[in-house]
Amino acid sequence: MNKYYLGVDLGSTTSKAVIINEQDEIIGRGITNTRANYSVAADIARDEAVYNARFSILKKKLEAEIAANPHYKKYINDLESVFQYEQFKVRLDKLGEELLKTCRSFFKDEETQEFYINHLRSIRRSFKPVIKHDYLYNDLGAKNQFFRDIVSEKYNEEVNKLGSELFEPLMTVWDKSISPAENIRVLFDFKELIHKAMDELKVKYKNLPDTTNDETSVNFDAEMNLLKGNFDHVSESLREHIDEIATIEFNISNMTGTGYGRALLPFPEDCIRSEILCHAFGAHAIFPETRTVLDIGGQDTKAIQVDKYGLVTSFQMNDRCAAGCGRYLGYIADEMSISLNELGPMAMKAEKEVNICSTCTVFAGAELRELTNLGERREDILAGLHKAIIMRAMSLIARSGGVFNEFTFTGGVARNPAVIKYLSQLVLENYGSSIKINIHTDSIFMGALGGAMFARRNMKADLPSAKKEKIDMN
Amino acid sequence: MADIKDAIKEKSMVIQKDMLADLFKELGNTKETGKKVVYTFVPGNLTELILSFDMLPVYPEINALQSGMRKKSAEYIREAEKLGFSEDVCTYVKCDIGMMLKGNIGPTGETLPPPDLLLLSYTGCFTFMKWFENLERLYPGVPVAMLHTPYQEDGKITPEQLEYMVKQLKEEVIPKMEQVSGKAFDMDRLSKMMVNSAKAEDLLVKILESAKHKPSPIDAYFAGVYYIGPIFTAFRGTDAAVEYYTELYHEVQERIRLGLGPITPEGEMKEEKFRLVVEGPPNWTNFREFWKIFYDMGAVIVASSYTKVGGVYDLGFRHDPDEPLESLAKYCMGCYTNMNLPQRVNLLADYVKEYKADGFLINSIKSCNSFSAGQLMIMREIEHRSGVPVGFIESDLVDPRYFSYANIKNRLESYFQMLGQRKVILSQEGVEV
Repeated sequence: MNKYYLGVDLGSTTSKAVIINEQDEIIGRGITNTRANYSVAADIARDEAVYNARFSILKKKLEAEIAANPHYKKYINDLESVFQYEQFKVRLDKLGEELLKTCRSFFKDEETQEFYINHLRSIRRSFKPVIKHDYLYNDLGAKNQFFRDIVSEKYNEEVNKLGSELFEPLMTVWDKSISPAENIRVLFDFKELIHKAMDELKVKYKNLPDTTNDETSVNFDAEMNLLKGNFDHVSESLREHIDEIATIEFNISNMTGTGYGRALLPFPEDCIRSEILCHAFGAHAIFPETRTVLDIGGQDTKAIQVDKYGLVTSFQMNDRCAAGCGRYLGYIADEMSISLNELGPMAMKAEKEVNICSTCTVFAGAELRELTNLGERREDILAGLHKAIIMRAMSLIARSGGVFNEFTFTGGVARNPAVIKYLSQLVLENYGSSIKINIHTDSIFMGALGGAMFARRNMKADLPSAKKEKIDMN
Repeated sequence: MADIKDAIKEKSMVIQKDMLADLFKELGNTKETGKKVVYTFVPGNLTELILSFDMLPVYPEINALQSGMRKKSAEYIREAEKLGFSEDVCTYVKCDIGMMLKGNIGPTGETLPPPDLLLLSYTGCFTFMKWFENLERLYPGVPVAMLHTPYQEDGKITPEQLEYMVKQLKEEVIPKMEQVSGKAFDMDRLSKMMVNSAKAEDLLVKILESAKHKPSPIDAYFAGVYYIGPIFTAFRGTDAAVEYYTELYHEVQERIRLGLGPITPEGEMKEEKFRLVVEGPPNWTNFREFWKIFYDMGAVIVASSYTKVGGVYDLGFRHDPDEPLESLAKYCMGCYTNMNLPQRVNLLADYVKEYKADGFLINSIKSCNSFSAGQLMIMREIEHRSGVPVGFIESDLVDPRYFSYANIKNRLESYFQMLGQRKVILSQEGVEV
């Protein structure tokens, strides 16, 4: 039987889970927002990683078929996205129940209760199809957006349309309902959900237009075209394989919990590891020449030095101030009323970087407004803010000893293009062009990956990379 | 001391407690006895000289750290900040001044007498000078004697520096003391005390060096701060100090004979997993919690720079009955914080090697410039020279606002895991650790 290893990184902002096989290959990734109930967050991340692993195994099994039939790949990717929508629907129902419950306890008389319940129903009716459409046609499932963020954005939009007198009560009902709804672990039946998703896909493909034009929002491509007349055949020929992966027993042989909430994970004590070691181990495993790791997480930044074995030799962390971590960007996004994902691309459009002197997250908000009043462009201010974060990170790196050999950047912030731009620029300016900068597409999962790799080695740390590694940087 | 009152006690601890109780009682009775009181500092203290005039020393730093341990410092610091002391001022200073403003109640609950003399024999830290300028304002008219100790800029004590120090002792310090105490300086008495000083110093070195054993019978930082108590403060040169160190030395010898680890407040440490050298003072407000993180993880501190602030006796210096004034001068100039940075690096790198340490850790103190300056350089150098993993944590002396238990625990856990993982992998690789 195949053995799998799990790493769970319970961070301050997001919880990540990674499943690897015996060859240290990532076969499953799961991520969710960290919430009051850490255990639920870890369970959700793990469940997602398991679902994702089932899809990975499916793709691996069908590698040859997929290569020969590109529309198979399209179908499986679509299926994974719609599968996420099916999960979303179940969670939305749970949230709906909570909202009704809150309405009934919060508003005293029945008439008011009904009044608000009707509003809630119509809100749900308006946004549900929009979200469904995003999952089916705009690949929302692949965007790592969390249930809470997706629903609250739409709910907010709808409530805003209703006028100011309804705003406060409806938002109060929301605030009182979202947390309980979020802190329940929903158990899904993978097989049932995947079948529902296949049915949903049938409808989607059947309704595809025969030709495309610029007005069509559907991402119409060659593979889709092939699927158009062919989906029944594709789905039938895949059904057996899909049923098979739906019932695979995942034998998790060992696991490691890491991250800020690690002590609260329901793991045995010897399965808990510091996130510093896990991030370094994960980064070093993927890029064995790495000697310096920078991890910008939600609520801390870590500069880590590792040796040829992936062993941490020293580290520096910020714990006095949030300016310089991911949350700083989150705060700025809130201040600017734009989504976190838009920050980086917007900063990339800057013509110059406005100098942001503030070293404090909260005061940076004030500085931002002040600069806007002075007529500075948003893009230029954002560029300055991104640069400010990296300047702080650079100071932390200097404290930890500097940058050596290969430099690997991990954490959720590593997806932000402006962060990467300024980091590359400042590393070049400070440490020269001989430094290779590594950024992996799975950078946010690096801690969980390191954890899973520790688990696979059963903590005894029998490091294959150390054997491969010949260069001694010391 | 107050903080270990519920802890398991060895005989030496009882002796020390009695010594301190007697001292504070005596300080509480100065009105009746007419004894004069000298406020002075630990690094570079002239205790034998003070005692030779039958005067009693008070150490504001010790009072501040005791206030920290007794959870009084937050209130005292607040009091000083109300008076206008900034957030960035040394928290020992603010705690001490706050304590005075609140009635100058000492660690045993007795009121401390006001100073009859401010003896400013500061080493390595200019804040001491500002501290006493403030005390002078609090006690208008109090005589001040200043002994300026030249920093070991070039890493050595020159004959000129020695001459300069002795001149100050003869022309400034001793005359002031004679004036305040009303007694004539007695060189013979000072010389005799130094016989005791050297005895206690020999014993202290043996006690601290016992940590070279595996397992170490002592914790040279958390317990070390108790071990240095008598010799760094009011008892150097006394029979009581010799008695205390003799007893402690025997206890430690016995622990070595039995192969026992260090005593912690919760009993004996069962397994020595990690041996560390620590640089920087400890945090006092959460001293027990701080220590517990270490002993829970099986980490023992085998050597520390903090236990050398009142004298680096392991480098060979002893008070010398044949040249009392010269040896006082050499003592002041030789204290840890009066050593230049290369000297400190050498000392610490030697500790890592000689005490076979697995790691080197810095506790950086937010409000202590004299310790914090150069610490990152020290860390890099030690890492480079000794190859052991280095760790860095931050807290404060007596300001509880700067002790973040969760952050410190998180970092230390990571650090200990680093050390553990390193041991496993290097042993697999056949590298000796």
